[in-house]
Amino acid sequence: MSRITEIRVGLATCGIAAGAEPVYSALEKELAAIDAPVKLKRVGCIGMCYNEPLVDIVTEDGGKSTYGHVRVEDIGRIVKEHVVGGQPVEDLLVPDDGFFDRQVRVVLENCGIIDPESIDEYISKGGYEALKMALTEMSQQQVIDKITGSGLRGRGGAGFPTGVKWGFAAREPGPDKYFICNADEGDPGAFMDRSVLEGDPHRVLEGMAIGAYAIGAPHGYFYVRAEYPLAIKRIKKAIADATDAGLIGENIFGSNFSFEVKIKAGAGAFVCGEETALIASIEGKRGMPRKRPPYPAVSGLWGEPTNINNVETLANVPWIMRHETEDFTRYGTEKSKGTKVFALAGKLKHTGLVEVPMGMPIKDIVFDVGGGIRDEGTFKAVQMGGPSGGCIPASLSDVPVDYESINKTGAIVGSGGLIVLDDKTCMVDLARFFLDFIQKESCGKCTFCRIGTKRMLETLTRICDGEGVSEDLDRLVDLAKKVKVNSLCGLGQTAPNPVLTTVKYFREEYEAHIVDKACPAHVCKALISYKIEPDRCKDCKICTRACPVGAISQGEGKFQEIDQGTCIKCGTCYEVCPFGAIDVLSGVEES
Amino acid sequence: MPDTTSQNVEDKTGDMGSFHAFAATSASVIPLLQQIQDKYGYLSETNLRNVSEYTHTPLSAIYGVATFYSQFRLTHPGKHLVRVCQGTACHVLGAVEIMERFKEQLGIDEDGTTADGLFTLESVRCLGCCSLAPAVMIDDETYGRLTRDKVDDILASYRREEAK
Repeated sequence: MSRITEIRVGLATCGIAAGAEPVYSALEKELAAIDAPVKLKRVGCIGMCYNEPLVDIVTEDGGKSTYGHVRVEDIGRIVKEHVVGGQPVEDLLVPDDGFFDRQVRVVLENCGIIDPESIDEYISKGGYEALKMALTEMSQQQVIDKITGSGLRGRGGAGFPTGVKWGFAAREPGPDKYFICNADEGDPGAFMDRSVLEGDPHRVLEGMAIGAYAIGAPHGYFYVRAEYPLAIKRIKKAIADATDAGLIGENIFGSNFSFEVKIKAGAGAFVCGEETALIASIEGKRGMPRKRPPYPAVSGLWGEPTNINNVETLANVPWIMRHETEDFTRYGTEKSKGTKVFALAGKLKHTGLVEVPMGMPIKDIVFDVGGGIRDEGTFKAVQMGGPSGGCIPASLSDVPVDYESINKTGAIVGSGGLIVLDDKTCMVDLARFFLDFIQKESCGKCTFCRIGTKRMLETLTRICDGEGVSEDLDRLVDLAKKVKVNSLCGLGQTAPNPVLTTVKYFREEYEAHIVDKACPAHVCKALISYKIEPDRCKDCKICTRACPVGAISQGEGKFQEIDQGTCIKCGTCYEVCPFGAIDVLSGVEES
Repeated sequence: MPDTTSQNVEDKTGDMGSFHAFAATSASVIPLLQQIQDKYGYLSETNLRNVSEYTHTPLSAIYGVATFYSQFRLTHPGKHLVRVCQGTACHVLGAVEIMERFKEQLGIDEDGTTADGLFTLESVRCLGCCSLAPAVMIDDETYGRLTRDKVDDILASYRREEAK
């Protein structure tokens, strides 16, 4: 067996939450005790979040063994048997489930492999070569042409061609231009940007410096969500280390180009993902969008020409610069080139961070990469694009994931949150969930977004409460269309998408709520009841003890009974019953 | 403007000593408010007035910013800040039930603080650890794959720690 050179522990936010810190400490201690010539390393997200905490053992020839769900008490065995004895601990290894087979790693090239806090490791992987090449061998226009030629489009959601965007800002007069990295990842259910910033911050910084050179901007800002303290810490260190190494600052690589970068922590406002709202926020104001034109490329931060790109977009840039254009364009479809990073979450087996070529059909992402639906559920739909996106039903799962094809379904590719839904997800409740989000996050500037979404939320809540009337559906769709056309910014213009797509593809579910007063997914509390089936009940009284409101008591015989008037429908009895004696009923099932 | 200072807490928040690290312009409003909240846990009326004075920005605009962004708090929080994730993945995996359990166990509503001042309960839009859904963050610690029982255990562990 080849010599073990490196042990990597995934220490991104999700790894830490799963308990990777104590695992790292235990490894540190065990390795010190045996004095092994092995490098123990903290890395970013390895991607297989469903197996966290993760430990990778890497050999000289590049071979890798991955341990998942690692506990502190496993470390002794792993070190003794594998590191010292050379024999992998088979029962602790993550089985090869094909998770990585169809993935292509461009943006996540180094994520989970290098130590994100080490600039030397980034440089050893070809880091900052692209910046050097741009500054010493290429004109600004050549850089713009290279990116335009790659077909790279904005990964924040809208899909605008990046090179073309840079061209707009490059044309404007300087000297004070701004280049902003938008890391205000606000979509609930999305963690791609966080993972990239935590796992490979220098890549984003390098992409930013290349873009700033292309448009001629000496000033840069990272606008990062305040809920991402670890990402902020790593960017801070990356900027400090790059500055010390002369890769950021005055006359980089002896060129005339100077670039300084600052960090601004967001303060919790979804609307600040919108460019003009983000700019207002950096200026110290309420994050409210303004009318365009003028576009930020002409008049942005402090009235100066400004370019804003998303984290993932910028993370693509150094890779594209270091490779032939064809290396990038061979992935993807005619109009959507390259790869897309997705945060897979929801009801599937392999939740995690994945990167796939653009154009992969939805079902391949769900079943081949995501491993299919967990807990024996049935695949119902995917939700893409968060509150601005929509639900695509399982019947359309052949649709390739590229900007145009997804837009046709009524959803959007969005920034990369991909939530998989099964038959236990109520689509009306989900639409209500997103409307509730939007309604709270609307900045209040446009009447239709401010009040229209509130009225829509009220209607949806009524439907979920079993008080919907037959006119509600048409009213909802009518108002949704009005909110779309009467809102100034992307938030309002896309806010009705979750409602419109669910009405379009799951109309019968809305009708069940309104007409039959039933929730087919058994989610909406007002429309369900719990009942103990006497034949299956063994009278063990576990449910009786677990019920938080004392609604369960002895029935007329050897079984327990639920008092429907007292029951709060929390589902605890259903969860704890060891005999599956409790049924959830809705609509006609109840009579 | 409402009186934002909790009566039980002595207002020691008037210190402007650390302001000089920031430019005296409106661009510093948000970073200043963030620094103050980091230090005191909330923004008092005195703080808002000080930031207004230092940055030459009308108090109305400062109050506008402080109430626009969800990060800022105008009342004193409890010792432990419990933030229950209400992101999409958490929602479809039962975050509503988890929030209900926290409310039951703490005897408070969302944005409330327990009478003993130990816990403040809030919802948060997405903690970004969707694969651990449903999740909660208590102070800087994240707990995932929650169930009602796990909620009880977690709160009990904080209470035990407090009783020591």
